[in-house]
Amino acid sequence: MMTHEALIEIVGLVRLFGATRVLDGVSLTVGSGEAVALLGPNGSGKSTLLKIVATLLRPTRGTARVLGHDCVREAEAVRAGLGLIAHGAHVYDDLTALENLRFWTTLSGLPADRERLTAALGDVALERHAGIRVRTFSVGMKRRLALARLSLARPRVLLLDEPFAGLDQRGRKWLQTRLEAFKAGGGALLMATHSFGRELEIADRLAILAGGRVALDTPRGALGSDDVQRLYAAHTEDAAL
Amino acid sequence: MVKVLGWLAVVGIAAGLTMGFAVAPREVTQGNVQRIMYLHVPAVWVAYLAFIVGFVASVVYLARRRDTADRLAHAACEVGTVFLGVNIATGAIWGKPTWGTWWTWDARLTSVAVVFVMFLAYLLLRQAVEDPERGARYAAVLGIVAALNIPLVHFSVYWWRTLHQPPSLLKPGTSAMPPSILAALLINFAALALLGAYFIARRARVLAAEAEALA
Amino acid sequence: MRYARRALIVAWKDLVVERRSKETLNALLFFSLALLFVFQFTLGPDRERLAAVLPGVLWLGFILSGVLGLGRTFLVERDNDCWEALLLAPGDKSAVYVGKLAASLALMLVVEAIVLALFTLFFNVDLGPALPGLALVIVLGTLGIAAVGALFAAMTAQVRTRELLFPVLLLPVLVPVLLGTVKATEALLLREPLASVAHWWQLLVAADVVYVVVGLLTFDVLLEG
Repeated sequence: MMTHEALIEIVGLVRLFGATRVLDGVSLTVGSGEAVALLGPNGSGKSTLLKIVATLLRPTRGTARVLGHDCVREAEAVRAGLGLIAHGAHVYDDLTALENLRFWTTLSGLPADRERLTAALGDVALERHAGIRVRTFSVGMKRRLALARLSLARPRVLLLDEPFAGLDQRGRKWLQTRLEAFKAGGGALLMATHSFGRELEIADRLAILAGGRVALDTPRGALGSDDVQRLYAAHTEDAAL
Repeated sequence: MVKVLGWLAVVGIAAGLTMGFAVAPREVTQGNVQRIMYLHVPAVWVAYLAFIVGFVASVVYLARRRDTADRLAHAACEVGTVFLGVNIATGAIWGKPTWGTWWTWDARLTSVAVVFVMFLAYLLLRQAVEDPERGARYAAVLGIVAALNIPLVHFSVYWWRTLHQPPSLLKPGTSAMPPSILAALLINFAALALLGAYFIARRARVLAAEAEALA
Repeated sequence: MRYARRALIVAWKDLVVERRSKETLNALLFFSLALLFVFQFTLGPDRERLAAVLPGVLWLGFILSGVLGLGRTFLVERDNDCWEALLLAPGDKSAVYVGKLAASLALMLVVEAIVLALFTLFFNVDLGPALPGLALVIVLGTLGIAAVGALFAAMTAQVRTRELLFPVLLLPVLVPVLLGTVKATEALLLREPLASVAHWWQLLVAADVVYVVVGLLTFDVLLEG
């Protein structure tokens, strides 16, 4: 997991929501071929941090850069190289899987010919559902459709907000394989998660967010889920003091 | 700075009142009621000035996202709306003894009423959006649309109706008014403009204090 | 051209979703029909009185349908977080505005054509030579309504009091469009030539230009959510 270039650079990020300092000086880098897991209790600002990197929110202070572009001033350039998988499925229920792909791909300015779209559906084992309206899809199928869309967009940076939530065992394995392939291809991955289990296997580093800051940034190495649990408890308790 | 503005406004109002009641002549047909014009007419000019300020501040906010620009836009549009309200109210007070009715759908009154409602809607939007940052962005866009719409409203309403006294001040060439009346109008306009600027400055300060109190 | 492709795909998506969910179009048609009956009942059989108020009544119907239909254009984006996905898709966001505008315009024109046909049928109006001029006025007026409506719909989509706030914002701003279209329609129905209402449809063109340009320049700010 050699990191050659920093694809995500977050420096001194502060974000206020009225009176609350949700982020209070967060600094973090993620390099090419690297996956960082962002851990933290509810309300610690994981989603806020991801949204700022994804150009969906403006920071109050500090900078975030993706692929060398500033997230505020060069937002469109960032969006061209970035993919986000979050709570919402980003699909129109009344369109079919193929139509959804066609819409999002065309809107992103990419070629959207039928063969290309069908091949992408095939890659995620959805080709038999191409003509079926997404309304009937399960969470896992919608997640796979989102990945099909990303495979057409080819982002170099992936932001994930609890990507394994709502997936069954098979879905989780499948997603893990996909993310490994993405990393192997030189992509950078920043993943917010609640769980300490097998989902963390993909992470090269752990960053624990507490008190609006990165309380701990450590390589995952050989840490088992118990070790992670202990570290987490230690650092989030410290912050509460 | 704001205090100086306030004192200047007081001086201006004093001068304006003097001009309006003492110096300017009594109008022949309408009597003393006509003196209300010295408040009625400058009020609408100041209102439109305020909306122009609001327009520029809205554009600056969208470009630079500076909170001071947003507060200035908010305060300016609010004060402008109030001055329009003054214009409408004084128009009604003037109209009852003069034309026998509180309201007519003539060009000037109608267009002012439409602009008034447009900016009332602006204030309503500000109230309805809970997130202050989003509210600022939305209000800026609405402020821009509303301000640009003012000339469209004027032309459409004017073409639809023409009953009001022809706008004598904007006619090129000879002015139909005796110089003392013109002077009184202009001095009252300056006084009201100072007062309006003072109100805007104070209101913007209150908005800033509110924002800080929440933070 | 890529911008055109992107705008067209947004319009296509809106129209397909509308066709499949059938929410808006049916409601608009039934609403217009109800208006037709209400007007007939309140105005009575007096042909002269009907002819005099017909332009105002017609455009009142169009604008009310617009208020109903336009306010909903962005509701579909609230499901599944498509709103943020629209923002994330790289490219000039004003293309989304153009697409939304085109779809709303198409929908409104369909409803207006049907309503106009029904009006002429039920109130026994002979459009004849007035039709081309009338078509121009209807297109220009509807473009203005849709241009402002799309902007304000984006603003109110995520506000709790949307159904109340949207018409309150829209109607005062649309006064010039309403005046222009009603006066022009009135003249055209009286068989006056299009040239005699030149100032009215030129006002409509000016209004359309202002609204669309503001929309193109500011829509991305509204999409930021």
